[in-house]
Amino acid sequence: MKYDIVIGGVGGQGILSIAYVIDNAAMKQGLHFKQSEVHGMAQRGGAVSSHLRLSDQEIFSDLVARRSADLLLSVEPMEALRHASFLRPGGLVVTSTQTMVNIPDYPDVDELLAELSGIGETILLNADRIAREAGSPRAQNMVVLGAASADIPILPEIMKEFLLQLFQKKGERIIQANLNAFEYGLSSGRFYRTCIQAGAQRSRLLALLDHLDPSTLDIEAAIPWTRVMESTWFEPLQALWPAGLSRTIPGDPAIPERILAEGPGFLGQT
Amino acid sequence: MNKMLLLGDEAAAQAAIDAGITTAYAYPGTPSTELFEYIERKSPKGGPIHATWAANEKVAYEQAVGTSFAGRRSLVTMKHVGLNVAADPFINSAVTGAHGGLVLVIADDPGMHSSQNEQDSRYYAHFAMVHCYEPANQQEAYDMTREAFDTSERFAAPVMVRLVTRLAHSRADVLVQPPVSPTSLGRSTTPARWTLLPSNARPQYQKLVEKQPSLQSFSEESPFNQLEINPKNRELGVITSGVAYNYFREVAGPHPPSYLKIGLYPIPTGQVLQLLDHVKEVLIIEEGYPFIEQTLLGTLGMANNSRFKGRFTRHLPLWGELNPDIVAAALDEGTHPAETPPVSQLRPRPPQLCKGCPHASTFSAINEAKKGYDDPVVFSDIGCYTLGYYEPFRTIESCLDMGASIGLAKGAADAGMHPVLCALGDSTFGHSGITPLLTAAHENTNMVVFILDNGTVAMTGTQESMSTGDRLVELVAGVGVERDHIRVITPLPQQHEANVQVICEEIEYPGLSVIIPRRPCVQLRR
Repeated sequence: MKYDIVIGGVGGQGILSIAYVIDNAAMKQGLHFKQSEVHGMAQRGGAVSSHLRLSDQEIFSDLVARRSADLLLSVEPMEALRHASFLRPGGLVVTSTQTMVNIPDYPDVDELLAELSGIGETILLNADRIAREAGSPRAQNMVVLGAASADIPILPEIMKEFLLQLFQKKGERIIQANLNAFEYGLSSGRFYRTCIQAGAQRSRLLALLDHLDPSTLDIEAAIPWTRVMESTWFEPLQALWPAGLSRTIPGDPAIPERILAEGPGFLGQT
Repeated sequence: MNKMLLLGDEAAAQAAIDAGITTAYAYPGTPSTELFEYIERKSPKGGPIHATWAANEKVAYEQAVGTSFAGRRSLVTMKHVGLNVAADPFINSAVTGAHGGLVLVIADDPGMHSSQNEQDSRYYAHFAMVHCYEPANQQEAYDMTREAFDTSERFAAPVMVRLVTRLAHSRADVLVQPPVSPTSLGRSTTPARWTLLPSNARPQYQKLVEKQPSLQSFSEESPFNQLEINPKNRELGVITSGVAYNYFREVAGPHPPSYLKIGLYPIPTGQVLQLLDHVKEVLIIEEGYPFIEQTLLGTLGMANNSRFKGRFTRHLPLWGELNPDIVAAALDEGTHPAETPPVSQLRPRPPQLCKGCPHASTFSAINEAKKGYDDPVVFSDIGCYTLGYYEPFRTIESCLDMGASIGLAKGAADAGMHPVLCALGDSTFGHSGITPLLTAAHENTNMVVFILDNGTVAMTGTQESMSTGDRLVELVAGVGVERDHIRVITPLPQQHEANVQVICEEIEYPGLSVIIPRRPCVQLRR
C-alpha cells in the first residue's frame, strides 16, 4: 500500500496542522510516512505546500512524483490547481471553494472551479461556511481534512485523537469547533461525492450545500436531493432562499422527499 | 530506544543534545532555523545547554570553537551562505583542530527556495580538509550527527554535517538512542595549537595535511558509505548521496543497478574503484553542485571518453533542485517526465508583506521623498523588506548579502551618485551592518541609511534581535554618526507626511544620516 498526498494553501491557512494530524496518526497506526513542506520566504500570504507520503513499506523520496498523488488536498481552490500536475489519473481532489484573493489578477471563480473539476474526481466544499457552522472560521483546514479522511488509509478515530492533541491548549470551545469541522467536512464530503456520482450538477450542488445544515446532514438524503436538483422544483427552492427561509435546511432525507412530492413551498412557511 | 516524529533539522538537533553538547550557537536562516529552535525549546534559558542566537554566523562559530577549547562539545548551525560569513574561523579551526567535539550542521538550499544562491557546502568541507557527513533521511540526520561528535574528538578536527532544504524541512519517525551526559575533556593546554602565528600555523597546517590519510581510511571503512553490487547488471552503476539517493531508490525499482551511496566524505575511493570494476559507465546523482563528479573527473577527466556522467556532463540539470521525475529521466534516457495537462486559471502568488507591516509605510515614504530627484537609488538587504522589490513598492534595487546595502550605498555615493539611500533591518544591521556604517561614518559619506527597527528577526520567525530600540540608537551614535542626523520616525500611514519631510531633510544634508523607522513587527503581537 502506498498513498501520496499533496497539500496546498496560502501561508496562515493551517496546512501544517493538517500535516501534523496525518503524520502523528500515521506513526500511531504503524505506517511509514514522510512529510516535506515548502513555506516560502515570508511569514504570510504566499503559496505553501506539503508533500505527505504514507506506505506500509519503506519510503525513499520525500517528494511525490508528477502524476502520482492519490489525493490533492487544498484549503484554497487556486492552490489546488497549482499542484494539479501531481495528481495521478483517477486521483481525488478535495478543496475548499473559498478563495483567498490577495493578488490583483485572481482568476474568475467559476472558470477556476470548472477547470478544477476537470482534473480528477473532485470534492468542492465551502469550507469557510462549514467552519463557521462548526464554531470557528479558522477551522477550514479541518473541514477539508475531514472531507478527505474517508479516502486516507488511516482510521478517522486516530486522526481525531491527534486533532484533540493539536488544539488541547486552546480550550474546550476551539477543540469542539475543530472536531465539529472535521465531522461536518466528512459528512459534507460524502454527501458531495454521492450526489456528483448520482449525476448532480456541480453549481446546483454547491448552492444547495450552502443551505444544508452540516451538523445533521444525512447521507441518505443525497440521492433524493440529487433528484430535487434535477427537478423543476430546484429553481423555486432557490427563489425561497433569500426570502426568509431559515438559514439552514436540516439534513433529514424526508425534506427532499417532501419537496419532490409537493414542492418546496412548505419550507418557506416555517 | 524511543521513536520520535522529527524534521531533518530537529533530528540533527536531538542528536546533538543526546551527544552531550554543552553549548549551541546559530544565526537564523532558512532552512536551518528549526535546528536551533528545537534546542532552545528542549533546553530553555538556564537549562543544561547554553543555547543562544549569535549576532552572526562568524560569532556563532567562534563561540563553538571556544567551547571546544574548554574541552566540551558544541553544536553550531547556519544556512549555507552563513558559512561565507563564518568561513574564516571555520577554515582556520581545521588548522587549530578541535578539542571538545565541534560539529557544524549546515543546511544548503538547492533550488533557492529562500536564498540568493545554491552554493554547495561540501566544497567548504573539502577546502578545510575535514570530514563531511551527508544524511539522506531523518534517521541518518540523527545517527550521523551523533557520530560526528565522536569523529570530531577522535580526529581532533571540526566535522561538518550537510543537510539540504528537502531533508531539513521534511518529517519522519526517528529512533533515538539513550543520551550521554555532557562531559569535559578538560581545557586545552596546548596554546601553540590555537595561536596561529606563522611559526605555529606551519606545523599545525602540516599536521592537518598529514592527518588526511587517516580521515580517508575512516571514510573508506564507514558503514555510511555503502556499496551494493547488482551482479546481473554490468552496464550501469550509480554513485549517489544525500536526498538524491532517495530519488534514485524511489524510481529505480526493486532491482536497482549497482550503487555506491556516499554518506561520509572524503569520497571513499576504494569503493568507487570497486564499482568501476563492475560496470562500464557510472551515473552520478547528487543534490547540489557536481561535487563528487568533478572530484572524480579531476582536471583531465573532461575528455569525452569519461566513464562518468552526471550533472556536470548535463545528463542531469546543472542547476536547480532534483526530484524523482528528473532522476527517473536520467536513469532511463529514453523516457521523459510524464506530460501533465496544462492549466489556465493559475496565477503566481508571491510572498508579501503582512497587513499593517511597518516596512510598507517606510517604503511609501521613501518612494514619495525620492520622487523629486532625477536618479535616486535605494540599496537594500536580506529580510522581509526585500519584498520592497515587488509591486506595489518597487523601492529597492539590490539584495546581495547580509549588511551589504551600506557598503553598496557608500561605493555608489563615492562614485558620484545622489541621492543614495539604503535600507536594512535591525538584526541584519547587527549581523553585518555595523562595520560598513563605521566606514561610512569615518568619511561622513553623503548618504541616508534606513535601519528598519521592527524589534525582531521577522523573516525567519521572530527570533530575538540584539540591535534594537535604544541600544540601536547608541550603536549608531557610537560608530560616529552625528546625533543630529540620527532620526527616529514612526512608520505609520498617519505619519506619512512627517516621515517624508524627515527623509527629504536628510537627503539634503550633505553627509551621513541614519533614519530609524521604529515600530514592532505585526507578527510579535500574535
